[in-house]
Amino acid sequence: MTDQLYKEFILDLYRNPLNRGELVEPDVTYTEHNPTCGDDITVDIKVDTNGHIQEIAHRGHGCAISIAAVSLMSDVVKGKGTHEVLALTLDDVIHELGVQIDYTREKCALIGLRAVQQAIQLI
Amino acid sequence: MQQHLRTQFSLFTHDPQVVYLDNAATTQTPITVLDAMQSYYTNYRANIHRGFYDMAIRADQAYIASKEAVATLIGASADEIIYTSGATAGLNMLARMLESEITSEHNIVLTEMEHHANLIPWQQLAKRTGCELRYIPVTDEYTLDYVAAKKMIDSNTKVVTYVHASNSLGTINDVTQLCTLAASVKAYNIVDACQTLAHLSINVRDMNCDFLVASGHKMYGPTGIGIVYGKQAHLDRLDPVVFGGDMIESVTFDTATWAESPYKFEAGTPPIAEAIGLGAACHFIIEQHAAIELEREIIQYLVQALQTQGATIIGPASGGRVGAVSFSIGDVHPHDVADILAKQGICVRAGHHCTMPLMKKLGLPGTVRASIACYTTRADVDALIAGLIVVKKIFSV
Repeated sequence: MTDQLYKEFILDLYRNPLNRGELVEPDVTYTEHNPTCGDDITVDIKVDTNGHIQEIAHRGHGCAISIAAVSLMSDVVKGKGTHEVLALTLDDVIHELGVQIDYTREKCALIGLRAVQQAIQLI
Repeated sequence: MQQHLRTQFSLFTHDPQVVYLDNAATTQTPITVLDAMQSYYTNYRANIHRGFYDMAIRADQAYIASKEAVATLIGASADEIIYTSGATAGLNMLARMLESEITSEHNIVLTEMEHHANLIPWQQLAKRTGCELRYIPVTDEYTLDYVAAKKMIDSNTKVVTYVHASNSLGTINDVTQLCTLAASVKAYNIVDACQTLAHLSINVRDMNCDFLVASGHKMYGPTGIGIVYGKQAHLDRLDPVVFGGDMIESVTFDTATWAESPYKFEAGTPPIAEAIGLGAACHFIIEQHAAIELEREIIQYLVQALQTQGATIIGPASGGRVGAVSFSIGDVHPHDVADILAKQGICVRAGHHCTMPLMKKLGLPGTVRASIACYTTRADVDALIAGLIVVKKIFSV
């Protein structure tokens, strides 16, 4: 039913996202678009000397699911290297969200992770 | 009257609770349309043209009768109707048919509210020929800027092609004015009537359009069939762009000559069952004229109910509009709205509605769109509003 997806936890993240904003002098900035939804998520990333994500910030436009998902995943990827970030999948996002995602919302759940995965490969 | 009409659609017997407000995407199918197709498949399935046995003759006659039904609906003659797989195929075909008359000197005039189906075929044509594309702007009132249109349509304009009513905004465009402007410079004018054939009375002679396209599945017919109407003189003169069986008069190993129009534009076995179904759908529309007239009341009820809930209508709030009603509610993303409504059994559409350039111009990620048909009741609208109250509660709007 309706409230299963739109739990208060997800709505809180949508209203007050974690790591929202931008970084000063990031190592990489990348914007992932989803033209079907009209959404865009931009991520800034700074890596440490080992190439692991040290700092991350995100901004952009999206639905509650996409903003909550990028919010959670921006915390998950901190301290991780390229291989670990690239190994993350939809299942990891669903695990973090703690709700079932219909296939109609899979792209929403994934846009943030895709942005991070594209960004880190550019470093 | 709508309640009585609902008994003619199996869906509402099968699922009485469904709130189907996605009619601009596709309409439901009347039992008469299903029966017509079922009868062909079970009683006389045969290919058309050149069959000497009874079933083939019956199939031939049913195919021809379906074109006569389409012709009656739009005020044309049956020989002016080409069947395609849908409006998209029809518009692609027209772009190819007119290509030989278009050079880099020419321009094609479209509008900013075109569906991708009436935009990309011309973009591709412009790439091949070097012609210019001009877009009639959409005003702040979600109507076309006819003053700008008058300036844009000039002696180098070869085609003026536009949507009769916008699938995103609901705006009904002034076809008479655009046809007159196009005719004044001897440009072809093409009307995309996908959102109007099932909802407004249309007469191609009164409109004086050169071509008109539509999709069967948006007018109570089956999927996989659409129509291109073309003035007889154009169809006789223009060359086909798809080649194969049935569209020829004579073939040698080196060359071929074409059948008469409209058959030269229908290569291969056409969608026969779908044509028969579409004919039945046209009869349905003609017979239900009085009920279709009542759609205007439901549109008004829907728009007002949405406004009462604080929704912003993305399109004309009154007057010249069809029942494709786009809206936004607070800053809630359209996908969140549609998803929450879907989980309550309310079928609407959310997104760019295949009008990405228009959404970009309006600065919107997309809209939520509720769209009505002849069987839509006030109870459907009331259910939508109850669903929107849930959305507002979840998002604290």
